[in-house]
Amino acid sequence: MKFTLAWLKEHLDTDEPVEKLADKLTMIGLEVEHLDDKAKALEPFTIARVISAEQHPNADRLRVCMVDTGNGNAPVQVVCGAPNARAGLVSVFSAPGTFIPGKNITLGVGTIRGVESRGMLCSAAELQLSEDHDGIIELAADAPIGAAYAQWARLGDPVFEINLTPNRQDCTGVHGIARDLSAADMGKFKDPGIKPVKGEFPCPVNVTVEDATLCPGFALRLVRGVKNGPSPEWLQRRLTSIGLRPINALVDITNFMTYDRARPLHVFDAAKVTGHLTVRRARDGETLLALDGRSYTLDHGVCVIADDHGVESLAGIMGGEASGCSEQTTDVLIESALWNEINIAQSGRKLGINSDARYRFERGVDPAFMVPGLEMATRLVMELCSGTPSENVVVGKAFGDDRVIDFPLTEVKRLAALDVPLVEMKRILGHLGFMMAGSGPVLKVAVPSWRSDVSGKADIVEEIVRIVGVDKVPMTPFDRGDAARKPVLTQIQSRTRRAKRALAARGMIEAVTWSFISKPHAELFDRDPPVPAQANRRGHPELSLANPIAADMSDMRPSLLPGLVAAAQANIDRGFSDLALFEVGQVFASDEPADELIAAAGVRHGVASSKGIGRHWSGSATADALDAKADALAVLAAAGAPMQALQVVAGGPDWLHPGRSGTIQIGPQNVLGYFGELHPRALEILRADGPLMAFEVILDRIPDAKQRPTRARPVLELSAFQPVSRDFAFIVDRSVRAGDIVRAAQGADRKLITAVTVFDVYEGNGIDEAKKSIAIAVTIQPREKTLTDQEIDAVAAKIVAEVTKKTGGVLRG
Amino acid sequence: MTDLAQLESQILSQIAAAGDEAALEAVRIAALGKKGSISALLATLGKMSPDERKTQGAAINLAKDKVGQALAARRDVLKSAALDARLVSETIDVTLPLRETAAEAGRIHPLSQVFEEVNTIFADMGFAITEGPDIETDDYNFTKLNFPEGHPAREMHDTFFFNPKEDGSRKLLRTHTSPVQVRTMLTQKPPIRIVCPGRTYRIDSDATHTPQFHQVEGLVIDKSSHLGHLKWILHEFCKAFFEVDHINMRFRPSFFPFTEPSLEVDIQCRRDKGEIRFGEGEDWLEILGCGMVHPNVLRACGIDPDVYQGFAWGMGIDRIAMLKYGMSDLRQLFENDVRWLSHYGFRPLDVPTLAGGLSS
Repeated sequence: MKFTLAWLKEHLDTDEPVEKLADKLTMIGLEVEHLDDKAKALEPFTIARVISAEQHPNADRLRVCMVDTGNGNAPVQVVCGAPNARAGLVSVFSAPGTFIPGKNITLGVGTIRGVESRGMLCSAAELQLSEDHDGIIELAADAPIGAAYAQWARLGDPVFEINLTPNRQDCTGVHGIARDLSAADMGKFKDPGIKPVKGEFPCPVNVTVEDATLCPGFALRLVRGVKNGPSPEWLQRRLTSIGLRPINALVDITNFMTYDRARPLHVFDAAKVTGHLTVRRARDGETLLALDGRSYTLDHGVCVIADDHGVESLAGIMGGEASGCSEQTTDVLIESALWNEINIAQSGRKLGINSDARYRFERGVDPAFMVPGLEMATRLVMELCSGTPSENVVVGKAFGDDRVIDFPLTEVKRLAALDVPLVEMKRILGHLGFMMAGSGPVLKVAVPSWRSDVSGKADIVEEIVRIVGVDKVPMTPFDRGDAARKPVLTQIQSRTRRAKRALAARGMIEAVTWSFISKPHAELFDRDPPVPAQANRRGHPELSLANPIAADMSDMRPSLLPGLVAAAQANIDRGFSDLALFEVGQVFASDEPADELIAAAGVRHGVASSKGIGRHWSGSATADALDAKADALAVLAAAGAPMQALQVVAGGPDWLHPGRSGTIQIGPQNVLGYFGELHPRALEILRADGPLMAFEVILDRIPDAKQRPTRARPVLELSAFQPVSRDFAFIVDRSVRAGDIVRAAQGADRKLITAVTVFDVYEGNGIDEAKKSIAIAVTIQPREKTLTDQEIDAVAAKIVAEVTKKTGGVLRG
Repeated sequence: MTDLAQLESQILSQIAAAGDEAALEAVRIAALGKKGSISALLATLGKMSPDERKTQGAAINLAKDKVGQALAARRDVLKSAALDARLVSETIDVTLPLRETAAEAGRIHPLSQVFEEVNTIFADMGFAITEGPDIETDDYNFTKLNFPEGHPAREMHDTFFFNPKEDGSRKLLRTHTSPVQVRTMLTQKPPIRIVCPGRTYRIDSDATHTPQFHQVEGLVIDKSSHLGHLKWILHEFCKAFFEVDHINMRFRPSFFPFTEPSLEVDIQCRRDKGEIRFGEGEDWLEILGCGMVHPNVLRACGIDPDVYQGFAWGMGIDRIAMLKYGMSDLRQLFENDVRWLSHYGFRPLDVPTLAGGLSS
């Protein structure tokens, strides 16, 4: 919403400085987003005449001008590059030391190609008056040399631009803004009322409203014998000052009413209207060439005003070209109507029209001003274009619903902690147009028709608080109470936090990718919900957006990996190909809240093993699937998974390499996640350079830890006896898994064997081609006494026997 | 010179001449070994008369002690020299550059860090942290929050919708974290003190908007909390979060469907070569919206607005993160350029605490 100070002063008797008015507007909820005070910004710019313009001795495109600045001193030498700089030209001059808004510089005395320049002749762009920087400003030859340019050009009227909140339809007109300012003690509100214009004959055009929910009220009148033409200078200036283009008096009046009174109107050229007017829904496929020159195809949802020919106007949004007013118009039909806000909003959005009328009607205009608005417009038409008015035709309601609120006076204190005396409350509400009755603790407050946003006690509190000033509300310490200071994170929040720190501590970098990915990627990583009935269907239509912002951001991600792989690839493309990225965030198995899960995932590419990122003399390696396994297990450990209970089994989902992948589970019913090398076919779909190592685990799938009543750790039992370590190397088939050997060794004596580690894996020379050697170190912890050699040998024999039995391995000779 | 004295001086000179521990050991064996020269002299004592034995024995033992001491002294010298010689050969290149430890190289995304900072501050003020789903119903995202059907206020939120279901209903991506407030009010009796951090979505993509962003909202519902408390909490929060002793804030009336009165909050700052200094300067930066919870919202969530009251606020995590840490472009938060992440990210051991500092 834009307006100027002079315009405001038509409605508000005030001497307050413009900055103070702007501050006050902001502080009462009408945020001034921009205050354009050209008079101030352009104060140093004066009108000057070019006396002579000679070719610059050292530059083809420059001229050396002698300029009369009108202050009685000798002419000033200015080097100017403008093609229109010539002797006799009257233009705008700025002396050294002037800030040039369009260039964001302060001018100094300069020497240009060896010639001194003591000032500048300015283009409109340099003054931020327009985009025109083709040449310097050309003024009329009789413009007063030496005078302040802005003042002479009537640029002096400061322009306010308010970022209006959608509830304040009353402030879509200057009149309403002035009312608010008067309540805030910024001046006296000028509200002389509107005198009706007596009609001199019945209006020959009738109005039928087919659907009163779309059009609660409609007022119309004819003014006959008008003389349309350019509107007077004062009206043109009003419109141009806020960036509107004057068209002709009749149209300008409607635009003026829109901004002055928040009352959009429409004017039809009566000669181009056939028969009577009907307000109805458009028929599917009807078209209208609107005043913006574009043709719109309408449907049943759009409300229109039609005559016997067809649609003439998009109700409350934009008029039609055919029945619009031109300089030839002699009889004008003025329409002032009320429209259904929701329908206007929907139709406007559907048709893609953002008009000043739509802006106001979708916020809801003052119903009680429908007829007075028509009267005021009629008066303006008669003043500017003369003519003879008909009587009004009014269909439907011409007033709003009465709204009376019981307002307990204590409410301001209760909600806002403000002590406002009753007399002050009444003063504020009175200025804003509220009527009050009663004297007890509960006031009866009647809401003015233009405040459709006010419907309850809290709204009245807001009115009082915003005018008194939110800064008056005393800051009051908020007692945190005696609730125990215990952790406030939920389990999943805590797991998320630990997972992030654990992965970063492995040298990985945290990424944050989009929650939506492309459909092919979503299908590749499809995560079926745990509902058997849906287990076989492909894809999740319920996770596809109806209005995605881009085709590759169409589906909610079932996995973090597509986003992470894309992020990794973007870095690889930038030349950073050794990298380890991770993300912890939400993934979606369906659109149910319970199927929104927190996943932790990571990718490694290039020389990015657990040893570190990038080549290094101390050791470095290309990331492999087991680095991804290490990442997965590190996250699970940090997030509190029962590590002893985890099983790692070979193989994984389709998107992983079948031979270089594993599944981490607690039994086949609870799969926590996967790790491995991405499948080459998956890489192709993801358009990524392999090999890429990846893992993903679902933190929600980690079983809850047992709640313990205290924080004490279990009692520590330290054995008095030294542990014994024995090494064994087994020759096994290559298909035998190390995990099975470890498990077999552990099973040999669950009491005495406390640890089994694999310290060597060997395939190659000296060993049968189909075999490999796996060497383990077994720690035997005596419990009650030191073990004799025979006892230790007996345990060792059991270990060998157990491994042989479970894996077919034989002790290496 | 007696034979003994001659022998002694001969052995001592051999000791002195021994170049390494092996040569010294040979001298020792030749002198003091079973068949050594001094051992041989000691063996002759048995054949002597007692008097002779007395004088000769003392002399031989004296010589033996002298030789023993000389051997020990020489051994120490040789051992030390050998050690020195070994150490000289063991020199390493101390200038070899080492790998950064993983804990130095890894990074936490600035958004994660800021979420933790915010949680830490509000936890200290007695707030619980709650979360809710990203995919929401129209009812929780709009209707229960007093957005009337078709109201232009809904248009302020450019909403991502899912395809309509058979029953005509359609889910959406939450446009704010306020549905978490609704879920909390529907399931929890007042007093309520929560903050809800989370990811939110709007159809918007330009220099200052991304289709996904992050918010943290707060909600207090009890029988007495008012605007004064709200102002205090936000003031305390801003001081703690921006890690400054004082900050100037401007509360101005605004409009949100779910609060009444509604306020927007600006903080005063000065921009200085890409850095933003708070508590000084001429600029006002809008950082959050807040207000008293609208009676219609309380009613929709089964809370009697004549008994209970409270306030709510919401702010953009991305925005306050950028302000605090001087990040200039919102879009970079989601571009995942490792150079940017390494620069603006946090080390895994930089855990925000109030005792040790939020940003350390």
